[in-house]
Amino acid sequence: MPVLEIANLTKDYEVGFFRKRKVRALDDLSLSVDGGQIFGFLGANGAGKTTTLKLLMRLIFPTSGSAKILNRDIGDVRMHERIGYLPENPYFYDYLTAREFLEYCAQIFGSPSAERRKRTADLLSRVKLDEKSWDKQLRKFSKGMLQRVGLAQSLINDPEIVFLDEPMSGLDPVGRREVRDLIASLRDDGKTVFMCSHILSDIEVLCDRVAILKRGKLAQVGHLEELRQRTDDPNRMEILATGADASDLQPPANAIVSSTPRGLRIEIAGENEIENVLVALRKAGGKVVSIQPVKQSLEELFMD
Amino acid sequence: MDEQLRTLDAAQATKHHEESRPAGYGSLGRISAIARNAFREALRDRVLYNLVLFVLLLTGAAIFIGELSGGQERKIIVDLGLSAMLLFGVFIAIFVGVGLVYKEIERRTIYAIFSKPVGRGEFLVGKYLGLCFTLMVNVVVMGIGVSLALIYVSRGWDPLIPTIWPAVLLIYMQLMLLTAVALLFSSFSSPALSALLTFMIFIVGHFSADLKVLAVSLGSTSARWFFTALYYLLPNLSNYSFITPAAHGRTPAAGFVFANASYALVYITVILAAATLIFSRRNFK
Repeated sequence: MPVLEIANLTKDYEVGFFRKRKVRALDDLSLSVDGGQIFGFLGANGAGKTTTLKLLMRLIFPTSGSAKILNRDIGDVRMHERIGYLPENPYFYDYLTAREFLEYCAQIFGSPSAERRKRTADLLSRVKLDEKSWDKQLRKFSKGMLQRVGLAQSLINDPEIVFLDEPMSGLDPVGRREVRDLIASLRDDGKTVFMCSHILSDIEVLCDRVAILKRGKLAQVGHLEELRQRTDDPNRMEILATGADASDLQPPANAIVSSTPRGLRIEIAGENEIENVLVALRKAGGKVVSIQPVKQSLEELFMD
Repeated sequence: MDEQLRTLDAAQATKHHEESRPAGYGSLGRISAIARNAFREALRDRVLYNLVLFVLLLTGAAIFIGELSGGQERKIIVDLGLSAMLLFGVFIAIFVGVGLVYKEIERRTIYAIFSKPVGRGEFLVGKYLGLCFTLMVNVVVMGIGVSLALIYVSRGWDPLIPTIWPAVLLIYMQLMLLTAVALLFSSFSSPALSALLTFMIFIVGHFSADLKVLAVSLGSTSARWFFTALYYLLPNLSNYSFITPAAHGRTPAAGFVFANASYALVYITVILAAATLIFSRRNFK
């Protein structure tokens, strides 16, 4: 069932002081996200990802269109009891400690004090924030540590749907791995995750469905495999071989040969050319490692 | 059937979340959480350090002025103490008040707060009450300071001690009014401009009775309307000045204090409602 339904959402900003003109940040976005999945919201800088999230969080108001989260209009404050949000490059009250900040967030949701303390400790452990830092003021935190506190606060109310804006930003490789595992575990808990990112490898590993936004417009939406099938040429094949040198090889005229760390990669237009490549490889003393259809990476989809 | 199940699931999930909160929790609970945090912010930003300066000023006055003033030292202590209380309070109300909301927008701390079930009005009222509580602590500690200084110069109990407190209460009401005005300006303008406008309101507010006199004396109808409107629009702060009478041992009538409290309550409510209206339409880019 859809937990997020966006219908024709449009946002114009006015820029300029004397000569005001409108800039369209989001253009007629319609989208539906089912529950229990990780949904990747992709786009280059300025594509409208953060604008969409801010609209959903009612930090800004739409020029036109509407959206429903968990069957409630985004203007309905009660809906916010059931969602979590991690802003991009989160800034929190730097005079508070991590523990105080989370307890404050829990207080807003009306958690009783014993429960508040327990939930705070559980979440700080879950985001793997070093226990020595729990009682340090946030002004002393690194970007990565703030990101972890941000993730913890987004989960303070045990939300059904979590909106994460660039959750991996500021994290080192170990941190990224840990956050990736955390996001996957949220799905295992039955939660829906809506994440904006431009780190494509994370999206590729984590997301069940993705939407690609380009200059404020929805370019593509679907399962990653679906999107690839839409754009892939089903006839194109790639052959990976070792033991042969590109200069010794005499492949068919339209083959694309490239050297990769794993060996020679030969891309051909169709299956009927496989035999010709195999003959050429044998002549050059090469050994076939794999033959498979060419798949576009998410990056290629993103760049199209 | 699917639709029915879906609605049922959503209803159950809502019920689960609503049941997990303590009974009676709502707007007041959220406002109180925000107010407590605003008070903590003021403490950690060392706003109350002004008390140290105040104590030094008063101690100096108690020790040195007594030597010079030939029996007027008690009056001077009250005059100086309450005037400093007003001045320090105005300084806090304006400079902390205009930053209350602006800082949150500038540092983007409100992003995480407004994604939670916090109404914009609740946020403003919470921040406002947090600063009012800070000011209350400030004036109470300063009031105690003035009382102790009186005990020191009188070498014992002083009959002026109970008479200063109604004046302290009126100063506090004035500071609450001014904080609301600062908050209103900061809901749509920059801190520097808000501070300037609030300071102007503070000054003009003390002369608002003169505006009425001016309106009556003017020949032109439109000018009369303008100044009368201005008189009703601006807070009448002159009613809250009771420092000099307090220094002479006079106390205001209960009816006067009650009328001023009612006026402050109505004025603050209107100002906060206007601030909420403006703030509710703001886009946080």
